[in-house]
Amino acid sequence: MTSGFFWLDTFVKVAIALGFMLGLALPVIYAELKIMAHMQNRVGPYYAGGRWGWAQPIADGLKFVQKEDLVPADADAPVFKTAPYVVIMATIAIFVVIPLGPDLVARDLDLGAFYLLAISSIGTLGVLMAGWSSANKYSLMGGLRAAAQLIAYELPLLLAVLAVVVQAGTMSLTGIVEAQSAAITIGPISVSLPFILTGQIISFVIFVIAMVAELSRIPFDMPIAESELTMGYLTEYSSVRFSMFFLAEYASLIALSMVVATLFLGGYFVPLVPEAWLNLVGPMVVLGKAALIVFFVLWIRSTFPRLREDQLQNLAWRWLIPISLVNILVISFFAVAI
Amino acid sequence: MRNEYFGDYVTVAVFLLAGVGLVAGGIMAARVVAPSRPNVLKSTVYESGIEPTGGGWNQSHIRYYIFALLFLIFDVEAVFLFPWAVSLDTFAEAGQGVLIYFEMVAFVLILLLGLIYAIRKGVLQWE
Repeated sequence: MTSGFFWLDTFVKVAIALGFMLGLALPVIYAELKIMAHMQNRVGPYYAGGRWGWAQPIADGLKFVQKEDLVPADADAPVFKTAPYVVIMATIAIFVVIPLGPDLVARDLDLGAFYLLAISSIGTLGVLMAGWSSANKYSLMGGLRAAAQLIAYELPLLLAVLAVVVQAGTMSLTGIVEAQSAAITIGPISVSLPFILTGQIISFVIFVIAMVAELSRIPFDMPIAESELTMGYLTEYSSVRFSMFFLAEYASLIALSMVVATLFLGGYFVPLVPEAWLNLVGPMVVLGKAALIVFFVLWIRSTFPRLREDQLQNLAWRWLIPISLVNILVISFFAVAI
Repeated sequence: MRNEYFGDYVTVAVFLLAGVGLVAGGIMAARVVAPSRPNVLKSTVYESGIEPTGGGWNQSHIRYYIFALLFLIFDVEAVFLFPWAVSLDTFAEAGQGVLIYFEMVAFVLILLLGLIYAIRKGVLQWE
Protein backbone atom coordinates (compact mmCIF):
# COMPACT_ATOMS: atom_id res chain seq x y z
CA MET A 1 0.00 0.00 0.00
CA THR A 2 1.52 3.33 -0.99
CA SER A 3 1.49 6.20 1.43
CA GLY A 4 -0.75 8.38 -0.75
CA PHE A 5 -3.55 5.85 -0.82
CA PHE A 6 -3.35 4.92 2.84
CA TRP A 7 -5.02 8.07 4.15
CA LEU A 8 -7.68 8.15 1.43
CA ASP A 9 -8.33 4.49 2.07
CA THR A 10 -8.64 4.97 5.83
CA PHE A 11 -10.98 7.94 5.53
CA VAL A 12 -13.28 6.09 3.14
CA LYS A 13 -13.39 3.20 5.62
CA VAL A 14 -14.16 5.51 8.55
CA ALA A 15 -16.93 7.15 6.52
CA ILE A 16 -18.38 3.71 5.74
CA ALA A 17 -18.22 2.69 9.41
CA LEU A 18 -19.96 5.92 10.49
CA GLY A 19 -22.54 5.32 7.79
CA PHE A 20 -23.06 1.81 9.15
CA MET A 21 -23.52 3.08 12.70
CA LEU A 22 -26.05 5.77 11.80
CA GLY A 23 -27.60 4.15 8.75
CA LEU A 24 -28.28 0.85 10.48
CA ALA A 25 -29.11 2.12 13.98
CA LEU A 26 -32.18 4.00 12.72
CA PRO A 27 -33.76 0.99 10.92
CA VAL A 28 -32.97 -1.21 13.93
CA ILE A 29 -34.66 1.26 16.32
CA TYR A 30 -37.67 1.37 14.00
CA ALA A 31 -37.68 -2.43 13.73
CA GLU A 32 -37.59 -2.68 17.51
CA LEU A 33 -40.56 -0.32 17.91
CA LYS A 34 -42.59 -2.10 15.26
CA ILE A 35 -41.65 -5.73 15.96
CA MET A 36 -42.14 -5.35 19.72
CA ALA A 37 -45.43 -3.61 19.15
CA HIS A 38 -46.74 -6.42 16.97
CA MET A 39 -45.46 -9.08 19.38
CA GLN A 40 -47.47 -7.31 22.11
CA ASN A 41 -50.60 -6.86 19.97
CA ARG A 42 -50.08 -3.12 19.49
CA VAL A 43 -49.66 -1.07 16.33
CA GLY A 44 -46.54 0.87 17.33
CA PRO A 45 -45.50 4.13 15.68
CA TYR A 46 -48.11 5.15 13.15
CA TYR A 47 -48.13 8.86 12.30
CA ALA A 48 -44.56 10.17 11.89
CA GLY A 49 -43.56 10.34 8.23
CA GLY A 50 -46.99 9.43 6.92
CA ARG A 51 -47.07 5.72 6.31
CA TRP A 52 -46.41 3.17 9.12
CA GLY A 53 -44.61 5.82 11.14
CA TRP A 54 -41.36 5.13 9.29
CA ALA A 55 -39.85 8.48 10.36
CA GLN A 56 -40.28 7.84 14.09
CA PRO A 57 -36.56 7.20 14.88
CA ILE A 58 -35.55 10.31 12.87
CA ALA A 59 -38.13 12.39 14.74
CA ASP A 60 -36.82 11.03 18.06
CA GLY A 61 -33.26 11.92 17.07
CA LEU A 62 -34.22 15.49 16.09
CA LYS A 63 -36.15 15.83 19.33
CA PHE A 64 -33.01 14.97 21.33
CA VAL A 65 -30.95 17.59 19.46
CA GLN A 66 -33.33 20.43 20.40
CA LYS A 67 -33.52 19.53 24.11
CA GLU A 68 -31.62 21.60 26.65
CA ASP A 69 -28.27 20.10 27.59
CA LEU A 70 -28.18 19.87 31.39
CA VAL A 71 -25.24 19.08 33.65
CA PRO A 72 -26.15 18.77 37.35
CA ALA A 73 -24.48 21.37 39.57
CA ASP A 74 -23.04 18.72 41.91
CA ALA A 75 -21.79 16.51 39.08
CA ASP A 76 -18.14 15.91 38.31
CA ALA A 77 -18.47 17.87 35.06
CA PRO A 78 -15.32 16.80 33.13
CA VAL A 79 -16.00 13.10 33.77
CA PHE A 80 -19.72 13.57 33.12
CA LYS A 81 -18.96 15.14 29.74
CA THR A 82 -16.28 12.61 28.74
CA ALA A 83 -18.38 9.49 29.37
CA PRO A 84 -20.39 9.60 26.08
CA TYR A 85 -17.15 9.98 24.10
CA VAL A 86 -15.71 6.85 25.71
CA VAL A 87 -18.84 4.81 25.01
CA ILE A 88 -19.08 5.90 21.35
CA MET A 89 -15.36 5.34 20.78
CA ALA A 90 -15.56 1.81 22.14
CA THR A 91 -18.48 1.11 19.80
CA ILE A 92 -17.12 2.52 16.55
CA ALA A 93 -13.75 0.82 17.07
CA ILE A 94 -15.42 -2.61 16.86
CA PHE A 95 -16.13 -1.98 13.17
CA VAL A 96 -12.38 -1.91 12.38
CA VAL A 97 -12.07 -5.69 12.35
CA ILE A 98 -15.44 -6.93 11.05
CA PRO A 99 -14.91 -8.38 7.56
CA LEU A 100 -17.68 -7.74 5.00
CA GLY A 101 -15.90 -9.64 2.24
CA PRO A 102 -12.52 -11.29 1.58
CA ASP A 103 -10.97 -7.85 0.98
CA LEU A 104 -13.65 -5.65 2.53
CA VAL A 105 -12.31 -5.07 6.01
CA ALA A 106 -11.07 -1.80 7.50
CA ARG A 107 -8.02 -3.54 8.90
CA ASP A 108 -7.48 -7.26 9.22
CA LEU A 109 -5.65 -7.18 12.56
CA ASP A 110 -3.73 -10.33 13.49
CA LEU A 111 -5.17 -10.00 16.99
CA GLY A 112 -8.68 -9.35 15.62
CA ALA A 113 -10.76 -11.36 18.08
CA PHE A 114 -8.67 -10.23 21.03
CA TYR A 115 -8.77 -6.57 19.94
CA LEU A 116 -12.53 -6.80 19.58
CA LEU A 117 -13.01 -8.00 23.16
CA ALA A 118 -10.51 -5.51 24.54
CA ILE A 119 -11.94 -2.47 22.79
CA SER A 120 -15.58 -3.32 23.49
CA SER A 121 -14.85 -3.66 27.22
CA ILE A 122 -13.71 -0.03 27.31
CA GLY A 123 -17.42 0.80 27.07
CA THR A 124 -17.73 -0.51 30.65
CA LEU A 125 -15.45 2.31 31.74
CA GLY A 126 -17.70 4.87 30.07
CA VAL A 127 -20.75 3.46 31.84
CA LEU A 128 -18.98 3.52 35.21
CA MET A 129 -17.83 7.10 34.54
CA ALA A 130 -21.40 8.14 33.73
CA GLY A 131 -22.77 6.47 36.86
CA TRP A 132 -20.15 7.86 39.20
CA SER A 133 -19.93 11.43 37.91
CA SER A 134 -23.67 12.18 37.96
CA ALA A 135 -23.71 12.62 41.77
CA ASN A 136 -27.10 10.93 41.78
CA LYS A 137 -28.04 7.92 43.89
CA TYR A 138 -29.88 6.20 41.04
CA SER A 139 -26.93 6.77 38.72
CA LEU A 140 -24.40 5.47 41.20
CA MET A 141 -26.36 2.28 41.84
CA GLY A 142 -27.05 1.83 38.15
CA GLY A 143 -23.41 2.39 37.29
CA LEU A 144 -22.23 -0.15 39.86
CA ARG A 145 -24.80 -2.69 38.75
CA ALA A 146 -23.80 -2.11 35.14
CA ALA A 147 -20.11 -2.52 35.91
CA ALA A 148 -20.71 -5.72 37.90
CA GLN A 149 -22.88 -7.10 35.11
CA LEU A 150 -20.59 -6.10 32.26
CA ILE A 151 -17.52 -7.66 33.87
CA ALA A 152 -19.39 -10.81 34.86
CA TYR A 153 -20.62 -11.40 31.30
CA GLU A 154 -17.36 -10.24 29.74
CA LEU A 155 -15.86 -13.58 30.80
CA PRO A 156 -18.32 -16.01 29.13
CA LEU A 157 -18.18 -13.79 26.02
CA LEU A 158 -14.41 -13.98 25.99
CA LEU A 159 -14.27 -17.71 26.66
CA ALA A 160 -16.80 -18.40 23.89
CA VAL A 161 -14.63 -16.47 21.43
CA LEU A 162 -11.62 -18.38 22.72
CA ALA A 163 -13.28 -21.68 21.80
CA VAL A 164 -13.69 -20.38 18.24
CA VAL A 165 -10.03 -19.28 18.19
CA VAL A 166 -8.97 -22.79 19.23
CA GLN A 167 -10.90 -24.33 16.35
CA ALA A 168 -9.81 -21.77 13.75
CA GLY A 169 -6.20 -21.58 14.96
CA THR A 170 -6.11 -17.82 14.35
CA MET A 171 -7.40 -14.62 15.95
CA SER A 172 -7.83 -12.74 12.66
CA LEU A 173 -11.55 -12.52 11.88
CA THR A 174 -10.90 -12.96 8.15
CA GLY A 175 -8.89 -16.06 9.04
CA ILE A 176 -11.81 -17.35 11.12
CA VAL A 177 -14.20 -16.92 8.17
CA GLU A 178 -11.70 -18.65 5.87
CA ALA A 179 -11.49 -21.55 8.33
CA GLN A 180 -15.26 -21.89 8.05
CA SER A 181 -15.21 -21.78 4.27
CA ALA A 182 -12.67 -24.61 4.07
CA ALA A 183 -14.36 -27.73 2.75
CA ILE A 184 -14.89 -30.64 5.12
CA THR A 185 -14.99 -34.07 3.52
CA ILE A 186 -17.33 -36.62 5.06
CA GLY A 187 -17.25 -39.82 2.96
CA PRO A 188 -18.26 -38.91 -0.58
CA ILE A 189 -19.58 -35.43 0.25
CA SER A 190 -17.43 -32.31 0.60
CA VAL A 191 -19.09 -29.25 2.14
CA SER A 192 -18.19 -26.00 3.89
CA LEU A 193 -19.91 -25.70 7.26
CA PRO A 194 -20.08 -22.72 9.61
CA PHE A 195 -18.68 -23.22 13.10
CA ILE A 196 -22.14 -23.42 14.67
CA LEU A 197 -22.62 -26.75 12.88
CA THR A 198 -19.12 -28.08 13.54
CA GLY A 199 -19.02 -28.25 17.30
CA GLN A 200 -19.43 -24.61 18.41
CA ILE A 201 -23.13 -24.74 19.25
CA ILE A 202 -22.47 -24.36 23.00
CA SER A 203 -20.11 -21.44 22.41
CA PHE A 204 -22.77 -19.86 20.19
CA VAL A 205 -25.47 -20.10 22.86
CA ILE A 206 -23.12 -18.74 25.53
CA PHE A 207 -21.98 -15.92 23.27
CA VAL A 208 -25.52 -14.82 22.45
CA ILE A 209 -26.62 -14.87 26.12
CA ALA A 210 -23.51 -12.95 27.18
CA MET A 211 -23.97 -10.53 24.28
CA VAL A 212 -27.54 -9.68 25.35
CA ALA A 213 -26.19 -9.10 28.88
CA GLU A 214 -23.32 -6.95 27.62
CA LEU A 215 -25.84 -4.79 25.79
CA SER A 216 -27.86 -4.45 29.05
CA ARG A 217 -31.03 -5.37 27.23
CA ILE A 218 -34.06 -7.05 28.77
CA PRO A 219 -33.88 -9.64 30.45
CA PHE A 220 -30.51 -8.30 31.63
CA ASP A 221 -31.43 -4.64 32.16
CA MET A 222 -30.95 -4.34 35.91
CA PRO A 223 -28.57 -1.35 35.42
CA ILE A 224 -31.37 0.76 33.95
CA ALA A 225 -34.35 -0.94 35.60
CA GLU A 226 -36.95 1.84 35.18
CA SER A 227 -39.22 0.69 37.97
CA GLU A 228 -36.54 1.04 40.65
CA LEU A 229 -33.68 3.17 39.30
CA THR A 230 -35.48 5.61 36.95
CA MET A 231 -32.92 5.29 34.14
CA GLY A 232 -29.88 4.00 36.07
CA TYR A 233 -26.62 5.60 35.03
CA LEU A 234 -28.42 7.63 32.35
CA THR A 235 -30.76 9.43 34.77
CA GLU A 236 -28.96 12.79 34.62
CA TYR A 237 -28.19 12.73 30.91
CA SER A 238 -30.28 14.75 28.50
CA SER A 239 -30.16 16.05 24.95
CA VAL A 240 -27.40 14.85 22.60
CA ARG A 241 -25.34 13.29 25.37
CA PHE A 242 -28.21 10.94 26.17
CA SER A 243 -28.85 10.17 22.52
CA MET A 244 -25.16 9.21 22.14
CA PHE A 245 -25.55 6.49 24.78
CA PHE A 246 -28.71 5.42 22.97
CA LEU A 247 -26.92 5.34 19.61
CA ALA A 248 -23.99 3.42 21.12
CA GLU A 249 -26.38 0.78 22.46
CA TYR A 250 -27.95 0.16 19.07
CA ALA A 251 -24.69 0.44 17.15
CA SER A 252 -23.07 -2.15 19.41
CA LEU A 253 -26.11 -4.38 19.02
CA ILE A 254 -25.48 -4.25 15.26
CA ALA A 255 -21.71 -4.64 15.64
CA LEU A 256 -21.97 -7.62 17.99
CA SER A 257 -24.60 -9.25 15.76
CA MET A 258 -22.16 -8.94 12.87
CA VAL A 259 -19.49 -10.48 15.10
CA VAL A 260 -21.80 -13.44 15.84
CA ALA A 261 -22.39 -13.80 12.10
CA THR A 262 -18.62 -13.77 11.52
CA LEU A 263 -17.58 -16.09 14.32
CA PHE A 264 -20.33 -18.69 14.21
CA LEU A 265 -22.44 -18.34 11.06
CA GLY A 266 -19.74 -18.24 8.40
CA GLY A 267 -19.45 -14.46 8.00
CA TYR A 268 -19.46 -13.25 4.42
CA PHE A 269 -19.13 -16.79 3.09
CA VAL A 270 -22.05 -18.44 1.30
CA PRO A 271 -21.86 -21.85 -0.36
CA LEU A 272 -22.07 -22.13 -4.16
CA VAL A 273 -21.09 -18.48 -4.79
CA PRO A 274 -17.79 -18.26 -6.70
CA GLU A 275 -14.98 -16.74 -4.66
CA ALA A 276 -14.59 -13.76 -6.99
CA TRP A 277 -18.14 -12.63 -6.21
CA LEU A 278 -17.79 -12.77 -2.44
CA ASN A 279 -16.61 -9.16 -2.27
CA LEU A 280 -19.89 -8.11 -3.92
CA VAL A 281 -22.26 -10.48 -2.17
CA GLY A 282 -20.40 -10.50 1.17
CA PRO A 283 -21.79 -7.31 2.77
CA MET A 284 -25.36 -8.41 2.04
CA VAL A 285 -24.67 -11.87 3.45
CA VAL A 286 -23.14 -10.52 6.69
CA LEU A 287 -25.99 -8.04 7.14
CA GLY A 288 -28.57 -10.73 6.44
CA LYS A 289 -27.08 -13.04 9.04
CA ALA A 290 -26.73 -10.15 11.51
CA ALA A 291 -30.37 -9.19 10.92
CA LEU A 292 -31.42 -12.68 12.04
CA ILE A 293 -29.48 -12.22 15.29
CA VAL A 294 -30.93 -8.72 15.83
CA PHE A 295 -34.44 -10.10 15.34
CA PHE A 296 -33.68 -12.85 17.84
CA VAL A 297 -32.50 -10.29 20.43
CA LEU A 298 -35.68 -8.22 19.94
CA TRP A 299 -37.73 -11.39 20.27
CA ILE A 300 -36.01 -12.21 23.59
CA ARG A 301 -36.70 -8.67 24.75
CA SER A 302 -40.43 -8.92 24.30
CA THR A 303 -40.63 -12.44 25.73
CA PHE A 304 -38.62 -12.71 28.95
CA PRO A 305 -39.09 -11.00 32.33
CA ARG A 306 -36.19 -9.13 33.94
CA LEU A 307 -33.67 -11.10 36.05
CA ARG A 308 -33.02 -10.09 39.65
CA GLU A 309 -29.46 -8.92 40.40
CA ASP A 310 -28.42 -12.07 42.30
CA GLN A 311 -29.99 -14.37 39.68
CA LEU A 312 -28.08 -12.47 37.03
CA GLN A 313 -24.75 -12.88 38.82
CA ASN A 314 -25.55 -16.52 39.55
CA LEU A 315 -26.20 -17.26 35.90
CA ALA A 316 -22.82 -15.83 34.90
CA TRP A 317 -20.56 -17.15 37.68
CA ARG A 318 -22.22 -20.45 38.50
CA TRP A 319 -23.27 -21.58 35.03
CA LEU A 320 -21.89 -19.73 32.04
CA ILE A 321 -18.24 -19.40 33.13
CA PRO A 322 -17.71 -23.04 34.24
CA ILE A 323 -19.60 -24.34 31.18
CA SER A 324 -17.54 -22.22 28.81
CA LEU A 325 -14.27 -23.30 30.45
CA VAL A 326 -15.20 -26.97 30.09
CA ASN A 327 -16.36 -26.22 26.54
CA ILE A 328 -12.88 -24.89 25.71
CA LEU A 329 -11.24 -28.00 27.13
CA VAL A 330 -13.54 -30.28 25.09
CA ILE A 331 -13.03 -28.34 21.86
CA SER A 332 -9.26 -28.16 22.30
CA PHE A 333 -9.23 -31.90 23.06
CA PHE A 334 -10.68 -32.52 19.61
CA ALA A 335 -8.31 -29.96 18.10
CA VAL A 336 -5.34 -31.88 19.54
CA ALA A 337 -6.70 -35.37 18.95
CA ILE A 338 -7.71 -34.95 15.31
CA MET B 1 1.97 4.72 5.56
CA ARG B 2 5.40 3.24 5.10
CA ASN B 3 4.87 0.34 7.38
CA GLU B 4 2.02 -2.16 7.74
CA TYR B 5 2.63 -2.44 11.47
CA PHE B 6 1.96 1.22 12.24
CA GLY B 7 -0.92 1.17 9.77
CA ASP B 8 -2.89 -0.97 12.23
CA TYR B 9 -2.46 1.55 15.00
CA VAL B 10 -3.21 4.54 12.77
CA THR B 11 -6.41 2.93 11.46
CA VAL B 12 -7.68 2.27 14.99
CA ALA B 13 -6.70 5.80 16.05
CA VAL B 14 -8.58 7.31 13.09
CA PHE B 15 -11.68 5.30 14.03
CA LEU B 16 -11.46 6.47 17.64
CA LEU B 17 -11.10 10.08 16.46
CA ALA B 18 -14.15 9.64 14.23
CA GLY B 19 -16.08 8.59 17.37
CA VAL B 20 -14.94 11.75 19.15
CA GLY B 21 -15.93 13.79 16.10
CA LEU B 22 -19.40 12.23 16.03
CA VAL B 23 -20.15 13.14 19.67
CA ALA B 24 -18.55 16.60 19.37
CA GLY B 25 -20.52 17.29 16.19
CA GLY B 26 -23.78 16.29 17.86
CA ILE B 27 -23.09 18.52 20.86
CA MET B 28 -22.17 21.44 18.58
CA ALA B 29 -25.42 20.99 16.64
CA ALA B 30 -27.38 20.93 19.89
CA ARG B 31 -25.63 24.09 21.07
CA VAL B 32 -26.97 25.91 17.99
CA VAL B 33 -30.50 24.53 18.08
CA ALA B 34 -31.28 23.81 21.72
CA PRO B 35 -32.35 26.46 24.23
CA SER B 36 -30.13 27.19 27.23
CA ARG B 37 -31.94 28.71 30.20
CA PRO B 38 -30.28 27.17 33.26
CA ASN B 39 -31.67 27.74 36.72
CA VAL B 40 -30.98 26.38 40.19
CA LEU B 41 -33.82 23.85 40.21
CA LYS B 42 -32.92 22.39 36.83
CA SER B 43 -29.37 21.71 37.91
CA THR B 44 -30.25 19.77 41.05
CA VAL B 45 -30.05 15.99 40.77
CA TYR B 46 -33.19 14.03 39.95
CA GLU B 47 -34.74 12.04 42.74
CA SER B 48 -38.18 11.36 41.33
CA GLY B 49 -39.39 14.88 42.08
CA ILE B 50 -38.56 14.87 45.80
CA GLU B 51 -35.97 17.31 47.17
CA PRO B 52 -32.66 15.43 47.05
CA THR B 53 -31.33 14.50 50.47
CA GLY B 54 -27.68 13.96 51.31
CA GLY B 55 -24.94 13.71 48.72
CA GLY B 56 -24.99 11.70 45.54
CA TRP B 57 -21.94 9.66 46.42
CA ASN B 58 -23.27 7.51 49.25
CA GLN B 59 -21.91 4.24 50.52
CA SER B 60 -22.52 1.24 48.32
CA HIS B 61 -22.38 -2.48 48.67
CA ILE B 62 -18.95 -4.10 49.18
CA ARG B 63 -20.13 -7.04 47.05
CA TYR B 64 -19.32 -5.21 43.84
CA TYR B 65 -15.69 -5.01 44.96
CA ILE B 66 -15.52 -8.79 45.36
CA PHE B 67 -16.99 -9.28 41.89
CA ALA B 68 -14.25 -7.03 40.54
CA LEU B 69 -11.61 -9.15 42.28
CA LEU B 70 -13.09 -12.39 40.88
CA PHE B 71 -13.19 -10.83 37.42
CA LEU B 72 -9.56 -9.81 37.62
CA ILE B 73 -8.45 -13.41 38.27
CA PHE B 74 -10.37 -14.82 35.33
CA ASP B 75 -9.46 -11.98 33.00
CA VAL B 76 -5.77 -12.58 33.66
CA GLU B 77 -6.41 -16.26 33.00
CA ALA B 78 -7.80 -15.33 29.60
CA VAL B 79 -4.59 -13.48 28.77
CA PHE B 80 -2.78 -16.80 29.21
CA LEU B 81 -5.43 -18.74 27.29
CA PHE B 82 -5.33 -16.70 24.08
CA PRO B 83 -1.68 -17.36 23.08
CA TRP B 84 -2.18 -20.99 24.05
CA ALA B 85 -5.25 -21.27 21.79
CA VAL B 86 -3.42 -19.86 18.77
CA SER B 87 -0.28 -21.96 19.18
CA LEU B 88 -2.10 -25.22 19.95
CA ASP B 89 -1.94 -26.30 16.29
CA THR B 90 1.80 -25.68 16.07
CA PHE B 91 2.48 -27.79 19.14
CA ALA B 92 0.14 -30.55 17.96
CA GLU B 93 2.05 -30.75 14.67
CA ALA B 94 5.33 -30.98 16.57
CA GLY B 95 3.91 -33.94 18.50
CA GLN B 96 3.60 -32.10 21.80
CA GLY B 97 -0.16 -31.55 21.64
CA VAL B 98 -1.03 -33.87 24.53
CA LEU B 99 1.51 -32.27 26.87
CA ILE B 100 0.38 -28.71 26.08
CA TYR B 101 -3.27 -29.73 26.33
CA PHE B 102 -2.95 -31.27 29.78
CA GLU B 103 -0.93 -28.36 31.09
CA MET B 104 -3.89 -26.11 30.27
CA VAL B 105 -6.34 -28.64 31.76
CA ALA B 106 -4.44 -28.41 35.05
CA PHE B 107 -4.41 -24.60 34.87
CA VAL B 108 -8.14 -24.34 34.17
CA LEU B 109 -9.03 -26.91 36.84
CA ILE B 110 -7.09 -24.97 39.50
CA LEU B 111 -8.98 -21.82 38.54
CA LEU B 112 -12.30 -23.68 38.59
CA LEU B 113 -11.44 -24.87 42.11
CA GLY B 114 -10.94 -21.22 43.05
CA LEU B 115 -14.34 -20.34 41.61
CA ILE B 116 -15.99 -23.23 43.50
CA TYR B 117 -14.29 -22.03 46.69
CA ALA B 118 -15.61 -18.49 46.15
CA ILE B 119 -19.13 -19.74 45.52
CA ARG B 120 -19.04 -22.04 48.59
CA LYS B 121 -17.79 -19.06 50.62
CA GLY B 122 -21.05 -17.33 49.73
CA VAL B 123 -19.92 -14.64 47.32
CA LEU B 124 -23.10 -15.07 45.28
CA GLN B 125 -25.47 -15.05 48.28
CA TRP B 126 -27.40 -11.81 48.77
CA GLU B 127 -29.06 -11.28 52.07
